[in-house]
Amino acid sequence: MTLKSILTGAVMALGLGTTAAVAQDDKTKVGFIYVGPIGDGGWTYEHDQGRLAVEEHFGDRVETVYQESVPEGADATRAITQMALNGADLIFTTSFGFMEPTINVAKKFPNVKFEHATGFKTAPNVSTYSARFYEGRAIQGHIAGKMTESNIVGYIASYPIPEVIRGINSAFIHARKANPDVQFKIIWAYTWFDPAKEADAATALIEQGADVILQHTDSTAPQAAAEKAGNVISFGQASDMAEYKPSPRVSSIIDNWKPYYIARTQAVIDGTWESQQTWDGIGPGMVGIGEITDAVPADVKEEALALKASIAAGEYHPFTGPLKKQDGSDWLAEGETADDGTLLGMNFYVEGLDAEIPQ
Amino acid sequence: MDLGSINPILLLASIMAASTPILLAAIGELVVERAGVLNLGVEGMMITGAICGFAVAVGTGSPATGFVAGAAGGAVLSLLFALLTQVALANHVASGLALTLFGLGLSALLGQGYVGVKPPPTARLDIPVLGDIPVLGPILFSHDLMVYVALALVAVVWAMLKYSRAGLILRAVGENHDAAHALGYKVVRVRVLAIAFGGACAGLGGAYLSLVRVPQWTEGMTAGAGWIALALVVFASWKAGRVLLGAWLFGGVSVLQLNLQAAGVAIPVEYLSMSPYLITIVVLVIMSADKSRAPASLGRIFHASQ
Repeated sequence: MTLKSILTGAVMALGLGTTAAVAQDDKTKVGFIYVGPIGDGGWTYEHDQGRLAVEEHFGDRVETVYQESVPEGADATRAITQMALNGADLIFTTSFGFMEPTINVAKKFPNVKFEHATGFKTAPNVSTYSARFYEGRAIQGHIAGKMTESNIVGYIASYPIPEVIRGINSAFIHARKANPDVQFKIIWAYTWFDPAKEADAATALIEQGADVILQHTDSTAPQAAAEKAGNVISFGQASDMAEYKPSPRVSSIIDNWKPYYIARTQAVIDGTWESQQTWDGIGPGMVGIGEITDAVPADVKEEALALKASIAAGEYHPFTGPLKKQDGSDWLAEGETADDGTLLGMNFYVEGLDAEIPQ
Repeated sequence: MDLGSINPILLLASIMAASTPILLAAIGELVVERAGVLNLGVEGMMITGAICGFAVAVGTGSPATGFVAGAAGGAVLSLLFALLTQVALANHVASGLALTLFGLGLSALLGQGYVGVKPPPTARLDIPVLGDIPVLGPILFSHDLMVYVALALVAVVWAMLKYSRAGLILRAVGENHDAAHALGYKVVRVRVLAIAFGGACAGLGGAYLSLVRVPQWTEGMTAGAGWIALALVVFASWKAGRVLLGAWLFGGVSVLQLNLQAAGVAIPVEYLSMSPYLITIVVLVIMSADKSRAPASLGRIFHASQ
C-alpha cells in the first residue's frame, strides 16, 4: 500500500466521520440578523428577547446565532450568506432593508428557511412576518391629541417606507379625532439607529413647539431629550422603554416576537414549515401596549384602553372611512375599512397632514 | 413652510453643543496625525470614552469625574494602539481598524449594566453678566463647561503647533522621522504621547455624547461620529482652525437640516439629509486649494535602526 493510498483512505475516513458527525448533530440552528445593537433598548432588543425565548423554550435542541448592527444593503447579503453557509436551518432577518438581500440569498440556499420582518416579498423558502404597529399608533395618536397643549406633535420618522407612513397616518387620524386643531411636524432621520441624531431631531421638534414626541427610530435617545426638555410627553417605540416612566414616556408600543419565533422554530423542527405571510396585531398579542402612566388624565386613559379593547376584539379598524387622501381624493367611504394590500403598500398621507413624503 | 418657528438663538446654541463631540475627537486626531501616526481607531476610543465616562459619572454622581474617566478610558485604549504600532511596529491602518472593532465590543461589554440608567445632569455654566447679554448670552455664554474646554483645546493645540518648541518637535517627527531621530529627538516617545493625547480627546468627545448630548448609554451610540472626525482632519488639511470650522459646519448643518425639516421647508428631504456631508466637504476642499498637504511621514512605521 502506497503512502498515497493510505492518505486517501485517511482523508475518506475523516470525511465519513465528519458526515456522520453532521448527521448526528440534530440541533436546529436558528440565525438572526439585526439592524442595530441588541442593547438599543428598542427594536433590536425585542427581537433578541425573542431569540432568548427560543433558546429557553427548546433548550439543547436548538442553537441560536445572531449578528448585530448589520447595515442594510450589500453588506447584509454577505452576513446572511455567511450565516446560511455556517449551517443555519432557519434565519430571521429583522429589518425592512434586508428584503432584497434575503430574497437573493434564499435563492442560493433552497434548503434553508428564511423569515423576513416587515417586508412584502416571499419565495418558497421565504416567509414574511410583521406586526400591525399602526393599531398601537392609533392609541398613541389619541393620547397625543388629547394631551398636547401647543397642538403640535413632533414625529421622528426613519425611512419613507409603507410601514412608517402607515404609522404616521394612523397616529394623525386619531390625534385629529381627539383634537381637530392638532398639527404634525415630521422629521425624516434616514436612520434606524443613531442616538445623537435622534436626540437632535427630538430637540429640534421641541424647540419648534412640539410637546408630544412620537418616534419611529430604535433608540431611547428621544426619550432622554424629552425628559431633558421637561413638560414633553413621549411614547416607547418597539420596546417598553420603561426606564422613562412615568414621564416623559406615558405609554408604549411593545413588539412581542417570542410566540412567533417559537412557533416557527417548532415548524422547522417538525418539518411543517411553509412559506406564509403573517401580520398580527393587538388581538393575537404581537403588538402590546405598555402601561399608560398616571401622567395621562384618567378619562383619557380610559378612552385609550377602550380603543385598545375594540381594536383587539376586531370591532374597530384604525383605518375606517370616511377618509380622504392628502390631495383631497376619496380613499375610504363611510364605514369602509382599508384592505391589507393598500396598507402594505401605503405611499400617501391622509387628508390634513401638512407635509410631503420624500420620494 | 414656517421658518418663523425656528428660534435662531436656540438653533445656534444647539449647534455649539452638537459640534463638540466631533470637534474634540478631531482635534485629538489632528495632533496624532501631525506626529506622523494614522490612528483609525477614533470610533473605538470615542465609544470606550463614552461608556467609561458614563459609568464613572453614574457611580460617583459627578459628571466632572465622568469626563476625566472618559478621557482616561480613551487614552488607555489608545496606548494599546501605541504598543502595537510603536513597539511591535504593526501596520497603522490595520491596528487602527482593529482598535475600532475592539472598542465597540469592549464598550458593549462594559455597558451591559448601564442601559436605561440616567446620568447625573451636567450643569450649565450660567456666567453672570455675560450670560445676560441679549442674543449673544444664550448663544455663547450659557453652555456646559465642556463646550469651552473643547474651544480652548483647539486654541491651545493651534498655538502649540505653531509657536512652541514642543510643537516644532512634534511636527518634525511627523514630517521626517529619520531626520528627527538623527537630531536626537525621541520619535517613539513623542508619538506615544501624541497617541495618548488623541485617545484622551476622543474619549472626552465620547463622554460628551453619553453625558450631555444624548444623554444616556446605548450600545454603538457614536454611530460613526469617530469616522466623521477622521474625515474632518483630512479635509481640514491638518490645520486646527479649519478643524473647528469643519466641526461647526458639520454640526451646524446637521442641526439646521433637522430644524428645516420640522419647519416644513420645501427642499426635498434627501438633499437636506446629505447636506451636512456635502457642505462640509465642499467648503473644506475649496479652502485646501492652497499648498497644504499631509505630514510626510504619516502612517509610516519608524524603527531607529533603519
